[in-house]
Amino acid sequence: MADKQQQVVVKRARHKSSVKDPGTPGVLKMTKDRFTFMANDPSSPVKLNVEFRTIKGHKFTKDGTKQALLNLTQDQGGNYIFEFENFPDRNVCKDFVASAIALSGEAGRTVPEKSAVPIQDEQLSAAEMERRIKLLQEDSDLQKLHKQFVIGGILSEAEFWATRKKLLEQNYSRRPKQRVALKNDMWSTKPLADGQSNRVTFNLTPEIILQIFAEKPAVRQAYLNFVPNKMTEKEFWTKYSRAEYLHSTKNVIAAAAEAAEDEELAVFLKQDDMLVNEARKKIRQVDPTLDMEADEGDDYMHLPIQDHGLPRNDNKDVLDSQYEPYRRSFSQHLNQHAAVVLQGRVIDVELGDTRSVAEALARTKHAELAKDASDVYLDKERLERISRMTEIEDLQAPRDPAVAPLSIKDPRDYFDSQQANAFSTLGDTVSGAKQLKCSVSTREAYCSLKECISEIKFQGLTEPTINSEVAFKVLNGLAQNISSNKYHLGRNPNESILDSLPKITREELLLHWSSIQELLKHFWSSYPITTKYLLTKATKLKDAMSQIYPKLQEIKESVQSDLRHQVSLLVQPMLQALDAAFAHYDADVQNRSARSGERPNGF
Amino acid sequence: MSPPVPSKILTDDVSLLMVLIDTNPHFWSSIKPHFSFSKFLSHVLAFLNSILLLNQLNQVVVLATGINSCGYVFDSSSGSVSQRAESLLPKLEEFAENDESLSERDDDSGNGVGSSLLSGSLSMALCYIQRVFRSGPLHPQPRILCLHGSPDGPGQYVAIMNSIFSAQRSMVPIDSCVIGIQHSAFLQQASYITGGVYLKPQQLDGLFQYLATVFATDLHSRNFLRLPKPVGVDFRASCFCHKNTIDMGFICSVCLSIFCKHQKKCSTCGSTFGQAKTLDPSASQQR
Repeated sequence: MADKQQQVVVKRARHKSSVKDPGTPGVLKMTKDRFTFMANDPSSPVKLNVEFRTIKGHKFTKDGTKQALLNLTQDQGGNYIFEFENFPDRNVCKDFVASAIALSGEAGRTVPEKSAVPIQDEQLSAAEMERRIKLLQEDSDLQKLHKQFVIGGILSEAEFWATRKKLLEQNYSRRPKQRVALKNDMWSTKPLADGQSNRVTFNLTPEIILQIFAEKPAVRQAYLNFVPNKMTEKEFWTKYSRAEYLHSTKNVIAAAAEAAEDEELAVFLKQDDMLVNEARKKIRQVDPTLDMEADEGDDYMHLPIQDHGLPRNDNKDVLDSQYEPYRRSFSQHLNQHAAVVLQGRVIDVELGDTRSVAEALARTKHAELAKDASDVYLDKERLERISRMTEIEDLQAPRDPAVAPLSIKDPRDYFDSQQANAFSTLGDTVSGAKQLKCSVSTREAYCSLKECISEIKFQGLTEPTINSEVAFKVLNGLAQNISSNKYHLGRNPNESILDSLPKITREELLLHWSSIQELLKHFWSSYPITTKYLLTKATKLKDAMSQIYPKLQEIKESVQSDLRHQVSLLVQPMLQALDAAFAHYDADVQNRSARSGERPNGF
Repeated sequence: MSPPVPSKILTDDVSLLMVLIDTNPHFWSSIKPHFSFSKFLSHVLAFLNSILLLNQLNQVVVLATGINSCGYVFDSSSGSVSQRAESLLPKLEEFAENDESLSERDDDSGNGVGSSLLSGSLSMALCYIQRVFRSGPLHPQPRILCLHGSPDGPGQYVAIMNSIFSAQRSMVPIDSCVIGIQHSAFLQQASYITGGVYLKPQQLDGLFQYLATVFATDLHSRNFLRLPKPVGVDFRASCFCHKNTIDMGFICSVCLSIFCKHQKKCSTCGSTFGQAKTLDPSASQQR
């Protein structure tokens, strides 16, 4: 009865005027913006058709109580109580009502588009709507903007959210919760040795089993092969524990002896061939064109402590070659363990059933192998890249550049322009505009320079170096300059002018600033105007901006006189930006009308 | 170079000051009624001596910026004993001679004051500073002071910007004291970008006081001293067609040159611009 997309919900229900009322049975039908109730009895006066816009909240009884009630409350105090036949029904309706109320509360009415090109109505999924609503609820500034523009009809929903895609995506990707990773505990299978008796106990939890299967593919394979055909699970793990115990005693000869007797045990004691294969494959995938520079830190041979504290294996006991396969390499084990832990959990199977875990892991490994094998294209690309990077440059023919060369005509033009700009905008004193004329020839100029130098050489420095009055004036001037700068730019770097304004003014200014930003962003993006849609959009935006303009003027006047200057400094750039936008709009309108005046009808 | 200094004497406020003196003869003769080169030199020499007195390990190096060449005229750390600033005078005379001989004989230009080679002396100062950096981990903190008055030469724009960026990268502030009539856009940008002080003294006969109050401060003390700041540096672009300063304009997507009006072709790189399709009122009615 409920549509897949939850657009319409139809349920049997009873409408009650109060909780005690038995209610009139009927059919409750809910769509996104309204719900209707039709009584079964056609003569009954109860017929409801209510928009969700008027519904402000909903209440419901807990699951499991006597009645499955849903109470929809209105703003003015009226309410509609419905009783459902069962709780699942009621819950479906309840959820639908919740999203419908949220939707109608937040989404503004879309302005009917007069444009010739119709804008597709966005088919929003419920998830998308929820995301937007959640975002609006979290950020009150965004909500204010949204209310002002979208509900005010100046911008449409699509336009408003078009520039905020990043926010929506961010919100969405925060969903997945953190998962627990594998434990980084290598010694989890350490036996508990009972000091008195000769028993050693191993504790194997499903977690540990998962880790063993991930780290040692040979064990996993053995498990799949042996259990339940050759031995039970308990026997398997006993054998495995025995193997671990033998390894931990580091008695290679004993390990070899036991392996010779029990062939299943031998599987656990030997080197893991599957691991070796995997390692070989990984090595082959390393990019040979990687350029790594070796420095002192990479010198493993001459370390003062051998092997970073680990005892080195060579030159110790030279055993017979028959014992070689039974020797365990600690560093290999450590590397494999680290790789597995970093990879994390690759399978999602329940840990209880060992066999399914083993199978799942085997499956993932197979999938990886298959992917690698089929990646011929990747291989080809690698080969190409290798050949490109190892080519000998002087044996190659010159390669044509893929781009056309850039030719800049005259750099002096550019530099001259910057020069003129700098002078005209520095707003200097009266003498700024005048260029100094030098009417002296070069030789004379040099002469006078040299004269000055020899003057000092013979007379020495002027005494006193500086007149005390002049010095005093200079000091005062500097001090005043510094303190006035301080006043303009804030008492300390952390404080800003905004903090010294009264709170209301500050809030208003910030709100106006963000709305102007938003409006200007949309305004400038709609130029050049090529369609009617853009034209109407630009007009709408211009009207909205012209409404804000007088508000800014008001703020300037409403502030106290001592803050007025600073506030006008703050407001000035906003007014300038708005003026520029208005000027552009007016110029464009004029152009347009002039052009349309030129063209006679019947083009 | 002086022998390496033991660490316990090298305190935070030891500075290496590179002073670039503008010796453009045209500029100095044009400014003659207000301020003479000899008065200027006496202020500067007194200032240099006082820097050397502030700390035993301070170093001062003076470069002269001429119109045809630049050169070192004083290095306080040369020789076994730290020298007084007056010893720069003979060297300065020599430099002026040399500079004169490099200028063309028939250049009797009576129009306008030419620019001096600021980019050259900035580069030389930065090279000296690099040498100091490489002399070891213990060295005084370098900064550059430009005493400049000649107008900016547009041909030096790129070279000066390069020096500014390399100074910024080596964290060497460039202070500017502009003694000319006009502000210098290059030096404003230099001080802004490298974090130095820009000042145009109102009273040139109080130059020593300006130098001693503002430019004698070492880098360590600048963390807690307030120094004059210009109200704003103008970074606005100017259009290429009219050289006006503009806030909004059109930009060529190939060479990034700026125009205030829509153009058919870029005047700098020659690429042609496409036309935007404009709305036809008669055509839209048909839809």
